[in-house]
Amino acid sequence: MTPINIITGTAAPLPLPNIDTDQIIPKQFLKRIERTGYGEFLFFDWRYNLDTPDHVSERKDFVLNKPEYKGAEILIAEKNFGCGSSREHAAWAINQYGFRAVIAPSFADIFFSNAGKNGIILCRLTEDEVATLLDRCTKDPKHTLTINLEAQTVTDEQGFKAHFDIDPFRKHCLLNGLDDIGLTLLHEAELDSYEAKHSEEFWLAPKAAA
Amino acid sequence: MSTQNSVQAIAPRTLFEKVWQQHVVAEPAGEPTIIYIDLQLVHEVTSPQAFDGLRLAGRKLRRPDRHIATVDHNVPTTSVQDRLVIADQISNAQVNALRKNCAEFGIEFFDVQDAAQGIVHMIGPELGATKPGMTIVCGDSHTSTHGAFGALAFGIGTSEVEHVMATQTLPQSKPKTFRINVEGELPYGVTAKDIILDIIGRIGTDGATGYVVEYAGSAIRALSMEGRMTICNMSIEAGARAGMIAPDETTFNYLKGRRFVPQGEAEWNLAVEQWRSLVTDEGATFDRELNIDATKLAPSVTWGTSPGMVTTIDSTVPSIDDAPSEADKKSFSRALEYMDLKPGTKIEDINVDAVFLGSCTNARIEDLRAAAKIVDGYHVATTVRAMVVPGSQSVKHQAEEEGLDRVFKTAGFEWREPGCSMCLGMNPDILQPGERCASTSNRNFEGRQGRGGRTHLLSPAMAAAAAITGHLTDVRHWKFNNSKGGSR
Ligand code: SF4
Repeated sequence: MTPINIITGTAAPLPLPNIDTDQIIPKQFLKRIERTGYGEFLFFDWRYNLDTPDHVSERKDFVLNKPEYKGAEILIAEKNFGCGSSREHAAWAINQYGFRAVIAPSFADIFFSNAGKNGIILCRLTEDEVATLLDRCTKDPKHTLTINLEAQTVTDEQGFKAHFDIDPFRKHCLLNGLDDIGLTLLHEAELDSYEAKHSEEFWLAPKAAA
Repeated sequence: MSTQNSVQAIAPRTLFEKVWQQHVVAEPAGEPTIIYIDLQLVHEVTSPQAFDGLRLAGRKLRRPDRHIATVDHNVPTTSVQDRLVIADQISNAQVNALRKNCAEFGIEFFDVQDAAQGIVHMIGPELGATKPGMTIVCGDSHTSTHGAFGALAFGIGTSEVEHVMATQTLPQSKPKTFRINVEGELPYGVTAKDIILDIIGRIGTDGATGYVVEYAGSAIRALSMEGRMTICNMSIEAGARAGMIAPDETTFNYLKGRRFVPQGEAEWNLAVEQWRSLVTDEGATFDRELNIDATKLAPSVTWGTSPGMVTTIDSTVPSIDDAPSEADKKSFSRALEYMDLKPGTKIEDINVDAVFLGSCTNARIEDLRAAAKIVDGYHVATTVRAMVVPGSQSVKHQAEEEGLDRVFKTAGFEWREPGCSMCLGMNPDILQPGERCASTSNRNFEGRQGRGGRTHLLSPAMAAAAAITGHLTDVRHWKFNNSKGGSR
């Protein structure tokens, strides 16, 4: 993971609550065994008309298809973003499309964790703060926001300033681009001794009869 | 340190806290707790990138014996032949990747033709791999199902799948606890599915975000394991990290003699003794509690595009003004449009084009029995396409032994091979744009069952009734048309 700290860029507004991962990346793209190449399928059903089974055309009214929002690095949505399926493909799609942060009043748990592991900053702001940003970025697609992970703030040039909470450990990993598996393996001795004892608890073994 | 331990031992604890504490490997300061994972279930969709990650990093799979794999999401349900070599090349490649990965890393794999194959959340319990007190994960949000046994079970993303493969642990911050007490006897025609849909309707699809929910109360105790799994399965639809139900005689009776549980008398008894301690102690406190009067519940059905957009079968389609908040008004309006419904329409007047009886929520033997009882002696409406997709080979086999397959087929249902099927339509079983489906699955998101498809979630009996009448139907007034099913 690449370290991440300050993001300055424009934002695409998607003013809907409960945007589920089925919308973020529909199931037909989960058949792939690769970890890359999901960006073009982000919000597929909202982004494209299916003219014939193998021909699609862009829906002009969808925010990501509007030329003025091309290149936006921040996505803004309403509460409970990323609910539903655990598919990490949703985080991959958001990331690979080019978004580096999502701002919303709340996020679903599994998506929250998946995003963190893919270097996406999730900023939980209040409903009012999100409403302000949605409004500004809708009126002016060139409206620029700055997310400062170190300082845990979202600011703009019109004096907007909001603080977001982030788990200190997640922040540390994002700032330093740390790999979770490597961190856990620092505790291998504890793991070995736990496992030796735990293995005797056969009533908690998946294959107790084997 | 020792005083702290003894204080902890005396303080009353919740079921969740007991399971959590037993699995703490390390508590590094300022970092999430590292907890041990007893079992990881693996399927074809969320695992290939995790196996690749292991290979790339040159890491081994730490405990192959704590992994079990099967194929479910992608496999066609039409015929055994269609499943062995899948016509869709990308799906076929994904299934083949799992075969190859399981062989390479030494994971026990239940392939399409195996007698134990099925939806991943069906086979864990059926094999007895799922047990009380375990920690269980899977790259699938409905892993919450296994909580019905008093396990701490939750869905994870692919990076975490890889993490568990490499370390058999996960760093986790401790969730909050939420107890939902459902007290009283369920009225006639009301099932576990109706309880959980009612709960989601009440608390919302983010109502339990950040919490592990424990379901308690006499109505939950009275449920079979099948019913309990239905409830825990949909915990994620309320945003919960996991759902749990304390194990009891119902749990032990279900598990006894299954393939992966302790077999010898002495070992079995010791295991049960351990499991019996997995109850919330008297006086333990929860971060949040909710009480529900089971006697007031009615059959539930969703009208919108989120499981929280739910009402009772005897009511009408709500209007935008019924939305609980401003933000929800927008989703209500969008949902009404997507679902092509007018506020005030009687729910019972909604016609359906398709009926899907399946998924890890409601494709167990008890579900098929309940549906067959409704269907017996009737025929599917001419306007409806109806299918039954048993959740596992074992359920399919059992149903065929009981003659349920004949009841369904005689009535005009298709009888399929096990898999996820139209629950998410990754295989060829999908709705056409505009088609409306009564479905026993768990998600009614836009396009979930096929682009432009419209989904109404309900119980198996209600789905069966809708298949016969061609519209959503109150099962409480059903006139049985068979010799054995007439009794209540
Ligand atoms: S049946 Fe549906 S919800 Fe269950 S695992 Fe399969 S796709 Fe997921």
